[in-house]
Amino acid sequence: MDETMLDGNAVAGMLRDVFAVETTTTVATCGGCGEPTPMGETHVYRGAGFVLRCPRCENALVTLVRGDTRMWIGFPGIRTLQVAIDAS
Amino acid sequence: MSIISRGFRGRRDAASTDRVPPGQYVTRDYPVLSAGPTPHTPLTRWDFTIDGEVDEPHRWTWEEFRALPSEEITRDIHCVTKWTHLDMVWRGVSLDTLLDGIETSAEYVVQYSDGGYTTNLPLEDLVDGKAWVAFEYEGQPLEPAHGGPARMLVPHLYFWKSAKWVRGLRLLAEDAPGFWEINGYHNYGDPWREQRYWGD
Amino acid sequence: MAGTALLGRLTWQLAELVDVIAETPRATTLVFAVPDWPGHRAGQHVDVRLTAEDGYQTQRSYSISSAPDGTRIALTVVHVQDGEVSPYLTGELRSGDQIELRGPVGGYFVWEPEHGGPLLLVGGGSGLAPLMAMIRLRAAVGSDAETRLLVSSRSWEDILYRTELERLAGHGLTVVHTLTASRPSGWTGYARRVDADMLAEVGPGPAARPQVFVCGPTPFVEAVAEALVTLGHEPRRIKTERFGPTGD
Repeated sequence: MDETMLDGNAVAGMLRDVFAVETTTTVATCGGCGEPTPMGETHVYRGAGFVLRCPRCENALVTLVRGDTRMWIGFPGIRTLQVAIDAS
Repeated sequence: MSIISRGFRGRRDAASTDRVPPGQYVTRDYPVLSAGPTPHTPLTRWDFTIDGEVDEPHRWTWEEFRALPSEEITRDIHCVTKWTHLDMVWRGVSLDTLLDGIETSAEYVVQYSDGGYTTNLPLEDLVDGKAWVAFEYEGQPLEPAHGGPARMLVPHLYFWKSAKWVRGLRLLAEDAPGFWEINGYHNYGDPWREQRYWGD
Repeated sequence: MAGTALLGRLTWQLAELVDVIAETPRATTLVFAVPDWPGHRAGQHVDVRLTAEDGYQTQRSYSISSAPDGTRIALTVVHVQDGEVSPYLTGELRSGDQIELRGPVGGYFVWEPEHGGPLLLVGGGSGLAPLMAMIRLRAAVGSDAETRLLVSSRSWEDILYRTELERLAGHGLTVVHTLTASRPSGWTGYARRVDADMLAEVGPGPAARPQVFVCGPTPFVEAVAEALVTLGHEPRRIKTERFGPTGD
C-alpha cells in the first residue's frame, strides 16, 4: 500500500469535466480479474498522468492525461462500464 | 479564462531561464509520482536484462551490475507535469557501458519495469553519454518510492521516459509506444520543443 | 431520485470568502458564497484552483464540511507546514477575495437521510470534514438514525468541531475520541491508533449491518477498512475516501 495512493473520489471532478454522469458510482468490470468495482473505490496513482487501478488485482483500468485544451482518457483494462441513467 | 488568485505565488524558485524549458516551473522538491504501486523486489531476485534484437540476452545480477564502473551524474530533470529540478545528483552505470560489445541492428528500445510500466525511445537516445541506470540519489541508495533499487535516467527527455524500477531493455526493429505514449503523451518527449502530448 | 444521474459537465465557478472560523491551532474553516451553487449532498467535495500572475496553476480537493445551506459552503483546511496551498488559503485569503472552485463532486461517498442508519463514521484528522457534513445534515433534518462517530486526532486541541460534536451528541449520535500523540491529564479515553478492538467496542457490530464511512489519510483508511472487514463488516457497506499521505 502506497501512502500517496488516492481513490476514485480524487479524479471525480476532472471526469465531470468530460462526462455528464457521476463517475464515482459508475461500476467498472475489471478486464483482469473480472470483478466489478465502483470507480470511487479504484486505487488512484498519480504519475505523468493519473492511473485508476482495480483495488483487487491492481490492473490499470483507466488512464487520464490532461493537456491544456485536451484530455485523453484511456481504458486499458475495463471490460464494461455500468452507468446509472434515468428511468425512461 | 481563469481569474488570478490575489497574492498566490505557488512554491517555485526563480531560475535563469536558459536552463528551464518552456512551460516548466523550477522546484526544489522531488515529487513522488508513479503510475502504480511501488514494487519491492529483493536484490537477491533483481536482475537487469538487455534482450530483443541481439544474438543472445545479456543479464546482470545485482552484484554483477554493481561491479560495473559507475559515475556521478548531475543533471537538470524536467517532468511533463511541469516541474523542473535543477542539478539533481545521481550515481549510475552508463548505457554505453551496458551496451558495450552488444551488436544490434535495432533502432528502437522499450524500457520495462517491475509493475508493468514501459516507455519507448530510439536507441540513439540512450548512447553516447545520454543515459544511465541509476542506483543512488544524492549519495544514498535510491529509495523505492523514487524508483529504487535502480531506475533509468534519460535527462534530455521528459522524465516519464526514465523508467522507475527498470528491469531491462528490449531492442526492437520497430518503435513500440509504451504505457503513457499509448495513453496520450508524446512519442518522443523533448522538453525543449515542449513535446508533451500526442500530436504536439 | 430522478435527474441525479445525468448531471451535465462541471464548470469552474467563482466563490467569495465570506467567513473564517479558526477551528484548531492547525485548521481553519473557510465559508464561501457561490452564487450559482446547485446544492450538494453530505460527503461531496469541491476542487479548488489557484492561479498565479504568471499563469501557474495548482488544484486541491476539499470536502464540504457543511450541510446544504443555500449558496454557502464550508471547507476545512489544515495548515500544512511549507505547504503550497494551505498557507495561502489559511493565511493570505481575506474576506471578499474570490477563488475558483468546481463542484459538488462525488456520488459514492455520500449519505442521504433517507438511507437512515445505523451508521458508523470513522474519521482521521481532517477526514472528519465530510463526516461532519453528514452529521450536520442528520441534525438539520432531525434524524434519530443510530450513529457512532469515531474520531482519531493527534491531541485534544486538534479535534475538529469538538464543541459542536459535544452539543450534537445524543438523539442517537454517540461520539468517541481517540488521541494518538498526546492526552490531557486525567484522560481516560482511547489513546492509540484505531484498531479492530476499538472498532468492535465502538460498534455498531456487523450483525446490525451499518453503513460505514471511513475518511482520512490513506494509511489510516487502509488500516481501518481492513480491520472492519476482519470484524465481519460487509466490504460493500464500507465506503472510503483517501486523502493521501498525511491527509492534508
